[in-house]
Amino acid sequence: MMNEERRAFIKKSGLGVLACLGAASGLIPKFSLEKTVLPAWDEKPVPGKIRWGMLIDTRKCIEGCSECAAQCHHVHNVPEFNNRKDEVKWIWKSSYNKVFPTASQQFQSEKIAGRSYLALCNHCADSPCTRVCPTEATFKRWDGIVAMDYHRCIGCRFCMAACPYGSRSFNWQDPRTAIKNPSLAYPTREQGVVEKCNFCSDRLVKGLLPACVEACPQQVMIFGDLNDPKSDIRGVLENNETMQRKPELGTKPSVFYII
Amino acid sequence: MIEKALKGNRNYWIWISFLVLVIVAGLSAYSQQQWFGLTVTGMSRDVSWGLYIAQFTFLVGVAASAVMVVLPYYLHNYKAFGKIVIIGEFLAVSATLMCLLFILADMGRPDRVLNVMLYPSPHSMVFWDVMALNGYFILNLVSGWTVLGAERKGIPPPRWVRPVIYLSIPWAVSIHTVTAFLYAGLPGRHLWLTAVLAPRFLASAFAAGTSLLILVTLILKKTTGFDAGSEVRNKLAVIATYAGLTNFFLIGTEFFTAFYSNIPSHMHSLQYLFFGLDGQSNLVPWMWFSLMIGLGSVAVLLIPALRASSTWLPAACTGLVISIWIDKGVGLILGGFVPSPLEEIVQYSPTLIEISITLGIWAIGALLLTILLKVAVTVKNSAEG
Repeated sequence: MMNEERRAFIKKSGLGVLACLGAASGLIPKFSLEKTVLPAWDEKPVPGKIRWGMLIDTRKCIEGCSECAAQCHHVHNVPEFNNRKDEVKWIWKSSYNKVFPTASQQFQSEKIAGRSYLALCNHCADSPCTRVCPTEATFKRWDGIVAMDYHRCIGCRFCMAACPYGSRSFNWQDPRTAIKNPSLAYPTREQGVVEKCNFCSDRLVKGLLPACVEACPQQVMIFGDLNDPKSDIRGVLENNETMQRKPELGTKPSVFYII
Repeated sequence: MIEKALKGNRNYWIWISFLVLVIVAGLSAYSQQQWFGLTVTGMSRDVSWGLYIAQFTFLVGVAASAVMVVLPYYLHNYKAFGKIVIIGEFLAVSATLMCLLFILADMGRPDRVLNVMLYPSPHSMVFWDVMALNGYFILNLVSGWTVLGAERKGIPPPRWVRPVIYLSIPWAVSIHTVTAFLYAGLPGRHLWLTAVLAPRFLASAFAAGTSLLILVTLILKKTTGFDAGSEVRNKLAVIATYAGLTNFFLIGTEFFTAFYSNIPSHMHSLQYLFFGLDGQSNLVPWMWFSLMIGLGSVAVLLIPALRASSTWLPAACTGLVISIWIDKGVGLILGGFVPSPLEEIVQYSPTLIEISITLGIWAIGALLLTILLKVAVTVKNSAEG
């Protein structure tokens, strides 16, 4: 009788101690007996800690080359409809007075006005598109990327009206019919949702640089953390005269240009 | 009470059948849009809103204008409006339903519409607009139906309905203010980025909505014998006149600011709408027609003798409605997208499918209004008789 009770008591207290140890090792990382690496836990996102940004040295960009756009659009299964009405694009080249309409000057040098410039989502620090989205289908990530949840988007296109850079596209029809060479790296989208450049968040998580940065034969783009004063991109920003698109709107774009 | 809508003369049923036909055509067009996507419309990457959102904007104004009869009657005890309060409220109910349907028609994924409620985002004006419109729909339907039901039984309306009616007054102002805020807070859309957008919306709403109400009372007089009376119409016409004047004054101030400051981005959309930009000018005739017919109508309404005339009054009211419909239902929304953020000019024109869907939604609104007014008029006529 006595022994039976003792046995039960020891069993229960033993379990209790184990449970405490287990809980402690889970809650206090230092306490764990075995070091486990759980990226989702270890690198817990701290909002605003990182702010991914891009710097485009347009002086190095080759006229007529659009390797960056080709690679980006392939990797992300961006459809090609070959008509302006249904067009979907994440990154493209355009003229100076279109990309920088408020910065064009009288008597601008032909060298500058005649070149083409890359346009893509600016991943603004104060993004109007995320502000107007009624479902948070487009939202600001902890690392500064303006992301899209294609499964939540209701297709109201408010973000398209709000974006002062024309960076967003809508799937006016089923995009899957217009993807010639599908890539397995990124999901395709459905008819009726908005999409845009995602700063390659799908590649960053694998430790890769954005597809456009990697594809460029001239290393025109520098990608890095704008919040890290020691990053390459901050170094170049420190030592060069750069500009952003429509800075007067207060959106604080994360894409910078050297003209 | 609804059974009263089931008894009508031949013309009533012809009208109902016509509306049902238009609705069926609209539904069939909508099934095409659902299947092939919004590519069947004239909208594009550059002009990403079109006829649907424009109709929505115009109809929010029609809905809000009910306050122009509710307020004088309930707050100022202006008894003459007692006969038409119900018409104003039911017009608001029908217009609000059309607004909601136009939003739905414009959505790429209407099956996900409840996401607006499931993930409420107070930073988004759409969230507030959906709340405001649904609330307004319920407020007007409940108050209109309850007061009418009491009238049918020959008893005073229940006491609880008064606060509901009082609430509908500021609510009416709020729906059009929030609707203006949908547009007026977007950086880089200079036609919309103006503090007078909300006041202008209210002024044009009270002009067009009240004019429409006058026309509805005239139609009712002709078709059902229910006459709101010329005193009522005259009073409404005065409201429409000064609201119309305020509207055109506000449009004028937009021109002054844009062109006197000479800031290109502020001038571009107005230039496109009224004079054409870079040779692109498909809205120019519309905008001038709108301005001319609007100013002409207001001028007619300003003259008391013409305002009281049974031919000039409906003509001027029709003119004012058309003018403001073009201004808000065509120019304002399309003009906001031209030029695009990359300063490109892409023109838009609606497709047949888009027009069919639009007419279908208008027919749904007209059908609801017909049914509601049929009930209201039958109740009122039998109460009098």
